[in-house]
Amino acid sequence: MSDLATTARVVRALGARSIRQTFRRPQLISPIVVFPTLLLAVQTGGASAGVELPGFPPVQSFLQFMLAGAMMQSMMLAGNSGGIAFAVDIEMGFTDRLFAAPIPRFAIVLGRLAGTAALGLFAAVWFFAIGLIFGAEIEGGVPGALLATALVTASALAVGGIGAAIALRSGSASVVQGLFPLVLVVLFLSSAFFPQELMIEPAKTIAEYNPLSFIVEGVREPIISGIDATQTLEAVAAILGVVVLGLVLSARALRHRLRVG
Amino acid sequence: MEAAAIPAWRTNLATIAALMTRAKNELIRVPGAAIPGVLAPTIFFLGLNGVFGALTQLQGFETGSYESFIVPVSMLQGAGFTGAAAGVNLARDYEQGWVDRLLVSPAPRWVLLTGNVLAASLRSLVPATFVLAIAFVIGAQWPGLDGLVVCYLMVAATAAVAACWGSMLALRYKSQAAAPLMQAGMMALVLFTPAYAPIELLQPWLEKVAEINPMTQVLEAARQGFVGGVTWADTWPGLVALAGLLAVLGALALREMRRTNA
Repeated sequence: MSDLATTARVVRALGARSIRQTFRRPQLISPIVVFPTLLLAVQTGGASAGVELPGFPPVQSFLQFMLAGAMMQSMMLAGNSGGIAFAVDIEMGFTDRLFAAPIPRFAIVLGRLAGTAALGLFAAVWFFAIGLIFGAEIEGGVPGALLATALVTASALAVGGIGAAIALRSGSASVVQGLFPLVLVVLFLSSAFFPQELMIEPAKTIAEYNPLSFIVEGVREPIISGIDATQTLEAVAAILGVVVLGLVLSARALRHRLRVG
Repeated sequence: MEAAAIPAWRTNLATIAALMTRAKNELIRVPGAAIPGVLAPTIFFLGLNGVFGALTQLQGFETGSYESFIVPVSMLQGAGFTGAAAGVNLARDYEQGWVDRLLVSPAPRWVLLTGNVLAASLRSLVPATFVLAIAFVIGAQWPGLDGLVVCYLMVAATAAVAACWGSMLALRYKSQAAAPLMQAGMMALVLFTPAYAPIELLQPWLEKVAEINPMTQVLEAARQGFVGGVTWADTWPGLVALAGLLAVLGALALREMRRTNA
């Protein structure tokens, strides 16, 4: 069997393990599904009058507007959960056994990221299903939904890279878990939950430069009005930036982990 | 000569005090453990204020200051997290065998539960005070001494409710894996209320849920000083709601504790 095929098998096997692990542990799956769904319900029911504010973009409903934010929240928490699970593997010595196996080291990280990306895909499908059940329309139709799903999946992979890097560097699940508040900060300081123009300073200015805002707008546009090339490209550029950051950090952290054991 | 027996009530009080001291020691020795409970409501407060602050431009808001409107929500949310954490800690204690040792002691079950619940009530004052301080810094309205007392009372009692809920689940599932259920339950109870906007601005389905959710009365009581004046008419429904929640969840937690064999 060629090296590439072997690596692909390793990545697939580790990715499948990471998905199973997430669905078996309530602590890992609930941040991805339960909390974002709960917040989506509360924010949609509680702040929907916001669509009447001058400057709010034309939308069919507040739920339609909020779907992208819920997907982003779920995707970010999937990255965090993936990092926690990876750190648990390191703490329990599972990763050491993988390091001793005759497989490429980067495949170990890629396997984890494949699992996180699959959870991002699941999050997108979950929230599209919720949106459609409760009457939200997808203005971009099937191509728009597919584009948004692809962006969420890629974002999960990108954010998972940062989570994996921190897990490798610290080797501690509690350190990665400690990033949970930071995930919330990044989310609130983006346009995930409300139009950036209507936010209060300083959140408004920070949201303008937050890469997550570019990603969320790229996901939202196909849902609320249709595919827009500029916003899609901005989202892709932001995702690529995070991917590169995650890969660089992961590579350095992997070297560190191999050195310290 | 035989020594006089110590009255049961004094022993019970000493046990409750010992359990509360243990919780306090945990807070002092592992201060990092309290950070998520303080940070999460603070981030929610600042985040919600930054994101939804413009909602006060809508007709129906009693105040033009969203930070004043939302700060009691974050304080109650902090109480909910702290109370749920008491449940998670109890589950951890069960997994590590500490609860077994408590259960073979001669202390009545209700005393063991009360110690855990009162400790959570006291601990909830830490995140509440932190969030309130931040709120004052960014311009929240001073609620008056009476408003502050009512708000803190609601916070402490909400933490007790959350601790009963968390303890019940901890004793039922005997695993920290039940933690998300403890937290999600309290989050839903606190947020399915007029948390983000006045009740008349909510979507009809949430308005109906909020009307039957007892925590709505608690939130309105905690909020009154921040958005207007304190009245008995806005206070007593919150007290009744909390008494009811405490009676029901306390009884359920106690039932689980009695069912738990050492």
